[in-house]
Amino acid sequence: MRRLTRAAALAGAAALALSACGTAADNDGDGEDTNAQECEVTQIEGDPKVALAYDVGGRGDQSFNDAAYAGFEQAQTEFGFEGTEGEASSDESEEVREQRLRGFAGDGYNVIVGVGFAYSESVDKVAPDYPNVAFAVIDGFDPTEDEQNCNVAYLTFAENEGSFLVGVAAAEQTESNTVGFVGGVNNTLIQKFEAGFAAGVEAVNPDVEVVSTYIEETDPRGFGDPAGGQAAAEGLINDGADVIFHAAGASGIGVFDAVTSADLWAIGVDSDQYLTASPEQQPHILTSMLKRVDVATYDFIKSAVDGEPLSSYSLFTLADEGVGYSTSGDLLSEEIIATIEDYEQQIIDGEIEVPEQP
Amino acid sequence: MSGQRNGQVGRRITQAVTYSILPTVVAIVAALVATSIVVWATGAPIGGFVDTMLSVPSHRDTIIIVNQASMIALSAFAAAICFRMGLFNIGVEGQYIVGACAGAFFAGAGIVPGPLNILATLVVAMFAGVVWAMIAAILNVTRGVSEVISAIMLNYVALTLAGYLVKNYGERSGYTFTTPKIAPSSQPLGFGLFADAPDIWALAILAVIVGIGYAFLLGWTRFGFDLRTTGESRTAALANGIDPRRMVLVVMAISGAIAGLVWMPSFFGSTHTFGIPEYFQRGLGFTGLAVALLGRNTSLGIGFGSLLFAFLATQSNRLQSVGVARDVVEITQGVVVLMVVIAFEIARRIKVRREQERVARELEPATTGAPA
Repeated sequence: MRRLTRAAALAGAAALALSACGTAADNDGDGEDTNAQECEVTQIEGDPKVALAYDVGGRGDQSFNDAAYAGFEQAQTEFGFEGTEGEASSDESEEVREQRLRGFAGDGYNVIVGVGFAYSESVDKVAPDYPNVAFAVIDGFDPTEDEQNCNVAYLTFAENEGSFLVGVAAAEQTESNTVGFVGGVNNTLIQKFEAGFAAGVEAVNPDVEVVSTYIEETDPRGFGDPAGGQAAAEGLINDGADVIFHAAGASGIGVFDAVTSADLWAIGVDSDQYLTASPEQQPHILTSMLKRVDVATYDFIKSAVDGEPLSSYSLFTLADEGVGYSTSGDLLSEEIIATIEDYEQQIIDGEIEVPEQP
Repeated sequence: MSGQRNGQVGRRITQAVTYSILPTVVAIVAALVATSIVVWATGAPIGGFVDTMLSVPSHRDTIIIVNQASMIALSAFAAAICFRMGLFNIGVEGQYIVGACAGAFFAGAGIVPGPLNILATLVVAMFAGVVWAMIAAILNVTRGVSEVISAIMLNYVALTLAGYLVKNYGERSGYTFTTPKIAPSSQPLGFGLFADAPDIWALAILAVIVGIGYAFLLGWTRFGFDLRTTGESRTAALANGIDPRRMVLVVMAISGAIAGLVWMPSFFGSTHTFGIPEYFQRGLGFTGLAVALLGRNTSLGIGFGSLLFAFLATQSNRLQSVGVARDVVEITQGVVVLMVVIAFEIARRIKVRREQERVARELEPATTGAPA
């Protein structure tokens, strides 16, 4: 996993925020940033006690939150610490999220992971009060760039790189020369998936058209709306798409339903969705773009247990196996897998630079 | 004479206890029992549930409860004024989203300097709420469209519209967009209660002001009388020279104005910006409907109900640490409302029967004594 300096972290944030070109790695260690602030390693007191604070949905979503739990569980089996979990309720206020984190810290939990970018703000507010607690926010960002918290790690992913690979798969698999993308909510995070996917398709065959749609513009319910996912996918099928990649959380179930009844292909997201799909859907789930939230969670907990908790931005890339693709069900042909592996190597070697904005 | 008056006061107190406080207590206890049964049935530790829910909240939690209650109460007053007239304004949710969005844009633009900006923003937020409420109200009086149907649709439109506006005219923040932050000079100080906790939001006071205004309007003015009369019977109101259609428009406008204020305490007290989902709290409109029912559409009842709901929601945050899913608290909230409705209906029937018995008893000597 690639550790980033403060300068690179700012560049990473800028890339997220301003669709700046170039990846964070380009600036790695150039140390030009005068605002760079030396961070001492967070010293957690006593034995590590780990708390996971989930976003809405919590454990059992077969996706994001479950992946975080898997990483937590793996670390717990390995290191044997005390752990707890807390879940957000829908429509809760920012203050309640903060109180959840304070509650953990007050109960002596010294390693706290906020699962989902919605915790960015609350962690930023709570962290200064607990300097001996190591915080992490998955998909997080620092809302106050000028006042960095040394005891907070933002675990981010190169979703564009993983999406590139499934884009390659889609372009190879399509017969109609049209592939589709369904996003849950039209924000810059989900646009990273779309951008990588489109770039992968383009790399294989520029003649293949990518049609994209988002379930919601801003409403986070776009991630929990299977009916909306189905309607979106049906629209793309009408446009001729025969392979559809979704980055829409639980709404993806609707995408799977749509391709199953139309006898076409879907590509899952975050976790290996072939494994959790129904038997009717399984033959239609070509592959899944893996975002290894479990790896990030495990790595962060391990770093804290080892006494050197991660801080600032950490980007999990293809090279770190922080993102990838799945082959469950053996639906990808060997030729396609060979092509994907070829591109994978090129991305790891830096020969291909995957865009973050569509 | 004075003995008789004391007797009357005593009877009033007894009546209040019997017919108002007792049913409420019964409802809350019943709700806790019902939730405990659910907790027990799911195999979770029931002792942990009861202990956590009934524990004394920390200073920080107390502040959160008061702050949340202020917004819930505003929302409940917006709903209650319509309930009193037999209107079901389920659109409070949409009205407060529109009010919050408009207010946040206006305040962020900083057109009016300093503390005056707060006042001006409140007016803008109220106005936006009125405009949104008027859509449903005008459709109701001119086309006979049920305000429930149109308002529930408008809730979704409001959310999408606010999202669109913030996305296209707001600033980027992280993965999402927000309105420009308000200047520090327009951020009011709160009410400090504890040294080791944040302040109570300054504009939480709005709930108290609106509560007093609500009680005064309904209980002490000609307009309040008209409103209640229209609520009892539209035909009777018409016969007495009250135009029910005009009443619908005016009452919906007042309701929309109050709804526009719902999120203002949080906006000026904490977030200072508006953006969905992180810098906004949704769902207060629906909570307000439940609390208006719970509070029997009275100021004191709503004040109490909003504190109760805020208390339950805040306490539930710690439930997971004792192994109980926090969603069970929604069962408690639902059952409280249901039980209050039932308990008050039973209390009303008992009251009516007792009154009848009393009247019969008082008439008895007269009738039996007549022939002699």
